[in-house]
Amino acid sequence: MMLNRRQILLLLPAAAVAWDFVLADNPAGSPNYKMSDHWWGMLVDITKCIGCGSCVRACALENDVPEGYFRTWVERYHVSDWHIENPQVDSPKGGMDGFPPGKTEGGKNFFVPKMCNHCVDSPCSQVCPVGATFHTPDGVVLVDYEYCLGCRYCIQACPYGCRFFHPKKHTADKCTLCYHRITKGLTTACCEACPTGARQLADLKNPNDPIHAFLKTHSVQVLKPHLATGSKLYYNSLDGSVR
Amino acid sequence: MGEFKDIAHLIRLAGVFLLGLVLFLVVRSVTIPKSFGQYGPFRGAALVELSSRPLAFAGHEACEICHPDVAALKAKGVHKSINCESCHGPLSKHADDPGNFKPVLPDVAQLCIRCHSENIAKPAGFPQVNAKDHSSGQTCNTCHKPHSPSFDAGDKK
Amino acid sequence: MEGFMYPNEVELQWSILIVLYPFLTGLVAGAFILASLERVFRVEEVKPTYRLALLTALAFLIVAPLPLQLHLGHPERSLEMYLTPHRASAMAMFGFVYLWYLMAVLVVEIWLDYRRDIVRLAESSRGLKGLLYRALTLGSYNISPAALRIDDRVGWIITLIGIPSAFLLHGYVGFIFGSVKANPWWSTPLMPVVFLFSAMVSGIALVLLMYMVTCAMRRVAIDMRCLDTIAKFLFYTFVIDFSLEMLDLIHRIYESDESFRSLDFMVHTRLFYSQILMQIFLGTLAPLALLSLTQLISFAAAARRRIYAISAVLTMVGIFAMRWNVVIGGQLFSKSFLGYTTYKVDFVTREGLLSAVALMILPFAILYVLIKILPPWQEEHPVVAEAHGDD
Repeated sequence: MMLNRRQILLLLPAAAVAWDFVLADNPAGSPNYKMSDHWWGMLVDITKCIGCGSCVRACALENDVPEGYFRTWVERYHVSDWHIENPQVDSPKGGMDGFPPGKTEGGKNFFVPKMCNHCVDSPCSQVCPVGATFHTPDGVVLVDYEYCLGCRYCIQACPYGCRFFHPKKHTADKCTLCYHRITKGLTTACCEACPTGARQLADLKNPNDPIHAFLKTHSVQVLKPHLATGSKLYYNSLDGSVR
Repeated sequence: MGEFKDIAHLIRLAGVFLLGLVLFLVVRSVTIPKSFGQYGPFRGAALVELSSRPLAFAGHEACEICHPDVAALKAKGVHKSINCESCHGPLSKHADDPGNFKPVLPDVAQLCIRCHSENIAKPAGFPQVNAKDHSSGQTCNTCHKPHSPSFDAGDKK
Repeated sequence: MEGFMYPNEVELQWSILIVLYPFLTGLVAGAFILASLERVFRVEEVKPTYRLALLTALAFLIVAPLPLQLHLGHPERSLEMYLTPHRASAMAMFGFVYLWYLMAVLVVEIWLDYRRDIVRLAESSRGLKGLLYRALTLGSYNISPAALRIDDRVGWIITLIGIPSAFLLHGYVGFIFGSVKANPWWSTPLMPVVFLFSAMVSGIALVLLMYMVTCAMRRVAIDMRCLDTIAKFLFYTFVIDFSLEMLDLIHRIYESDESFRSLDFMVHTRLFYSQILMQIFLGTLAPLALLSLTQLISFAAAARRRIYAISAVLTMVGIFAMRWNVVIGGQLFSKSFLGYTTYKVDFVTREGLLSAVALMILPFAILYVLIKILPPWQEEHPVVAEAHGDD
C-alpha cells in the first residue's frame, strides 16, 4: 500500500505511541513488569478458611466496592449426612462481618470463598457486544469502565455470580484480581488480609510459584467444570456439594 | 441515458445509501478509540487506567521496613503468617506519610472475635473460643499479646 | 429472597423493558411475514392487509430500540456497537441487523410500493406536507408503467430477502438467550426457533386486530375472505409454536437434569400466574381451542369476527407472558439452584411500568401518523378518526 506524504504525517505520531506500548508490554508503566511473563490465577484452600470475612472487607476497602455488592464473598455450607445435592448455604452480607455460630447437629460444615474465576474461556467476555470486558495478556479478566454500555449481558453470562451492576458507575463491575497491585509486585488485597493463607495469588507462568507443587500434590477442583469456562480459581478440598 | 430513465429513482436511492455508508465510515474512523486493538479486542488504554488505581493496603513488606522489631516478634509466634494490615486495616496512606497519617488501633473486643469466635464451620484444630466462657468479659489482650499471642513462647503477662 | 442466592444475584439485571424489546421486534417480524405471504407466496386473500402490515412493522421497528436505550447504563455509548462490535457476541449484531432491516428491507419496500402514491401526493399537496412528499420522491417523478414494473420486481426481491432478514432480526434475540450456558432456563437450541414462531404468532394476531379496528374506524366492511385466511395462518403457526414449547417442556421433565427441580419449583410458585395461567391456559390453549373451533365448525361471519378478535387479543397477551417468563423467569432462580428472588416492578423509574406502558402505546401513535402520511387504502378521502385503535 503506497501512502502519500500527508497520510504518513498523520499516521506516524499515532503509530509511535502505539509502538511504545507494544514494546513496553507494560500497560502499568511499572518498573520491571512485563505482561507476557505472567499468567495469573488464585488458589483457595477450603481446609484453611475460617470464615472471618477479612478478605471481603479488605476487597471492599481496596476497591471502593459499593455496599450490598460483592467482588468477593464467603459462603458457609452445611451438608447434612449424604444429602450432597441439597446443602444448606448462607452468606450473610457476603460474610463481611463473619458468620453467626450455626447449627451444631451432625453433618459437614465449611466455608467457601468465592470470587471471579478469571476464566481462560470466559463466557462473560464472549458475550460483551463492544469489547468492554476482556482478557489481558497476563490472564486477568477486566472491565473497561470508560467503554462499558451497561447492557448487563456479561452479568447474565457469568455462571458464578461474581459480576454486578455498579450503582454509581452504571457499568458492570467485578473482581479485578487487584490488577493495580499485582502489576506492582504486590499481592491482592484479599490475599494480603487473609490470616490463614486460605487465599493465595498464583502466577502460573512463574516456575518458582508454590502453586505448581501444590497442584501436583493435592486434590484440586474448579467450580462448574462441566461448563468448560477454563476457570483459574483452584480450590483445594472442594466438596461435591458446593454450587 | 434513455435506458436509465426507468431506473433513475433506484439509482438515486442507491446514492442515498452510499452517502450514508461513507458518512458512517468517516464517523467511525474519527470516533474509534486510538488504543483499541493494541492487545486484543479492547481498548488498550484501559489497562493503564485499571493499573493506576491508588493502593489502600501497603502490603506487609512496606510495614516491615519501619517496624522490623514487631515483624521479628510476630515471626516467632503463631500469628507469624498474618499480615499486619489484616488486623490493622489498610495503611498505604500511613506508609506514604507516616507523620501525617496515624493508624487507628483496632478495637480488640471486635477484632479477635472475628477469627476466634466459635463456629461449627471452622476447620477442626483452629483455635476457637466462646468469648463469654473463655474470659468472662475481659478483653483478649488482658492475657494475650496480639503480635505473639501464644503462651508457649513464654510471653505470658 | 428465599433459600440461598449468590449475593450479586438477588437484584434482577434485565427488567420489564427487556421483556418488551423481544415482544416489539417479534411483532415486527410477524407482521412482515404476513405481508410477505401476499408478495412472495401469492396468497391473494390477504392483500387488503399488505400495506397495513408493512406500516405496522415500521411503526414498531422505530420504537424497538427505545426500551434498550432506557435500559442501558450508558446509552450515550451505544454507538460503540457500530464502532467496535465484538464479533463473538450475538448482541453486537443488533446494530447492524436492525439497520439493515430498517433501511434495506422495510423502508425500501414501503418506498417502492408507495412510490406512485408519493409522486401523486407530491404533485397535489402544498405546504409542509408537499415538501415532505417531494423529499420522499428523491427527485424522481417517473411513474410510467415500465418504471412501476421495475419497482414491482425489485420490491419482490426485497421482500424475498426480507423474509430471512426478519428471521434474523428476531432470531438473534432468541440466540442471545439460548446461547447463555450459565442459565439453564435459557440455554437451549430451541430458543431462537421458539422465539421466531411466537413472534410470527403475535405479529399475525396484531395485524388481524389492526385490520379489524381500522375497518371499523373507516366504517368499511371487513373482507371476510382476508380475515379467514389470516386466522387460518394464525392457527397453523400457533400449532407449530405450541408444539415447540411442549417439546421443550417434555424434554426438560424427561431429562430432569441438575436444574430441573429448581426450575420446576419456580414455575409452580413464582411463575404460576404468568406461565401456567396467562401463557399456557389463557394465552395458548384458549385461543388454539377457539381457532380450531372455527376451522371445524362454520360459524356466521359476525361470530367468526368475535372469535378471531378474542383469540388475537388472548394470543398477544400470551406471547407477552411468554417473553416475561423467559426474561424474568430466567433471573428469578439462583444459579446455585438453591434459592429464588422476586421481581418488583417500579412504577415511575426509567425502567418502570410507566415507561413500559408508554413504549407500548407509542407505536400506535406512530402508526397513526404513518397512516396519515402514507394511506394504505385506495380511497379518495381516507377517514381520519379522532381516537385510534389500540388493544
